[in-house]
Amino acid sequence: MKVLVAVKRVVDYNVKVRVKADNSGVDLANVKMSMNPFCEIAVEEAVRLKEKGVATEIVVVSIGPTTAQEQLRTALALGADRAILVESAEDLTSLAVAKLLKAVVDKEQPSLVILGKQAIDSDNNQTGQMLAALTGYGQGTFASKVEVSGDNVAVTREIDGGAQTVSLKLPAIVTTDLRLNEPRYASLPNIMKAKKKPLEVLTPDALGVSTASTNKTVKVEAPAARSAGIKVKSVAELVEKLKNEAKVI
Amino acid sequence: MTILVIAEHDNKVLAPATLNTVAAAVKIGGDIHVLVAGQGAGAVAEAAAKVAGVSKVLLADNAAYAHQLPENVAPLVAELGAGYSHILAAATSNGKNILPRVAAQLDVDQISEIISVESADTFKRPIYAGNAIATVQSSAAVKVITVRATGFDPVAAEGGSAAIEAVSAAHDAGISSFVGEELAKSDRPELTAAKIVVSGGRGMQNGDNFKHLYELADKLGAAVGASRAAVDAGFVPNDMQVGQTGKIVAPQLYIAVGISGAIQHLAGMKDSKVIVAINKDEEAPIFQVADYGLVADLFEAVPELSKLV
Repeated sequence: MKVLVAVKRVVDYNVKVRVKADNSGVDLANVKMSMNPFCEIAVEEAVRLKEKGVATEIVVVSIGPTTAQEQLRTALALGADRAILVESAEDLTSLAVAKLLKAVVDKEQPSLVILGKQAIDSDNNQTGQMLAALTGYGQGTFASKVEVSGDNVAVTREIDGGAQTVSLKLPAIVTTDLRLNEPRYASLPNIMKAKKKPLEVLTPDALGVSTASTNKTVKVEAPAARSAGIKVKSVAELVEKLKNEAKVI
Repeated sequence: MTILVIAEHDNKVLAPATLNTVAAAVKIGGDIHVLVAGQGAGAVAEAAAKVAGVSKVLLADNAAYAHQLPENVAPLVAELGAGYSHILAAATSNGKNILPRVAAQLDVDQISEIISVESADTFKRPIYAGNAIATVQSSAAVKVITVRATGFDPVAAEGGSAAIEAVSAAHDAGISSFVGEELAKSDRPELTAAKIVVSGGRGMQNGDNFKHLYELADKLGAAVGASRAAVDAGFVPNDMQVGQTGKIVAPQLYIAVGISGAIQHLAGMKDSKVIVAINKDEEAPIFQVADYGLVADLFEAVPELSKLV
């Protein structure tokens, strides 16, 4: 079966972002960019499905600027077979991305679509669910285990009180949680080979998708800073402070 | 303006996060209706009817909604919600699972995890693991929003007397089914609702050593949390994880033990009123957000702390 994996180019998770002085957004100039960590897990899961003989082809798709080709090449180096970039310089909302992905799903007809559960920049946690709604497929969100058998996929999901398992009819949408797997690193020979793998570039216009949004970001601010604390010298002093100064115990 | 709040429940008990969500609805202003979708959830509807500020409870009782499968619940919410000005749900695993599916069905953008209401169409929410706060305005006819519980003080669970109305609509998409679940058992307070949280990180060294934290937590009536490092190392189950990818907590007192304080962890706890850090590395980033820091070996400090409180 064919597996489609969506990946996003985001600011590297180790970078401490700064808000721009004019409050228009965060400063991403000259900041290290990477593949969103949850998307790495999605790629890894697809590659493992292929290694198990469940998946026959892995198509990786990204929606974003021209530079997102770097993240697609990374996914190709990790084991994806070909890549699609839907090029858009705009800052798209999750709904717009889901609509573009729906157009790609219509074109590619995958049996399984794997996405990360959230991107670490917008922290939205929406795209997979929205894609499931638009395609009418079942959704297995926050997956910690994925097992395909016949026409169904069993997804174990991380929920607030523990874990839940659901069975979905294929085709289906799965979004990855952190514990699904540990992504591998791309080897140098594979990075070289990935340069020769096919990468198709599309545009929202070519897919006939409107990316208009009902949301507008008015401003972006730095969070309120916590006032500096103190270091205590002993446990006794700590207990005294918590009882008499902070009055929390 | 009428607001629809999706109740969070397990078919028996109305989850506290619903009260925080209703509080957000009160800030937006207007009539507040609560939807209880489940199976045999009559008691939940009765509890929802007593919540202060709620004027009507819609009870959709059907086997298709027993396990909150989004394929079945989302069409119900989209159908009922089309006539409302706002649809709100708590940003719990259920709310996050269902609501974006509703938003896409209504063809509107969703606003996730709001922490404050600026006006009926403008909201604040954290982005980049809480390192920036975005103010977002929605022009959607129906505004679909998840609410971060720790951003709003809960409304009173008693005092209301709303009418309960049965909803007969049954949506069964037939593309998904519930197989089973495994819930972690705990006698301690629920992590996201606890007034005091004691958390351990990689510095705990192994799962057995968490007994020191359990002992301290029992003395304080606290919940026990963990960093991702402690979960990944297998010390504790993953539903104890506090952080960007785990639970968001904002207790009165958060005690971080053997936790370095990576930004992903801070995203889950930095709105706590008082933060205490116990770490033997005095350069650990956790000390930059801690109100009280103690540079010490946790294996000496935690038992001593248990003795003194």
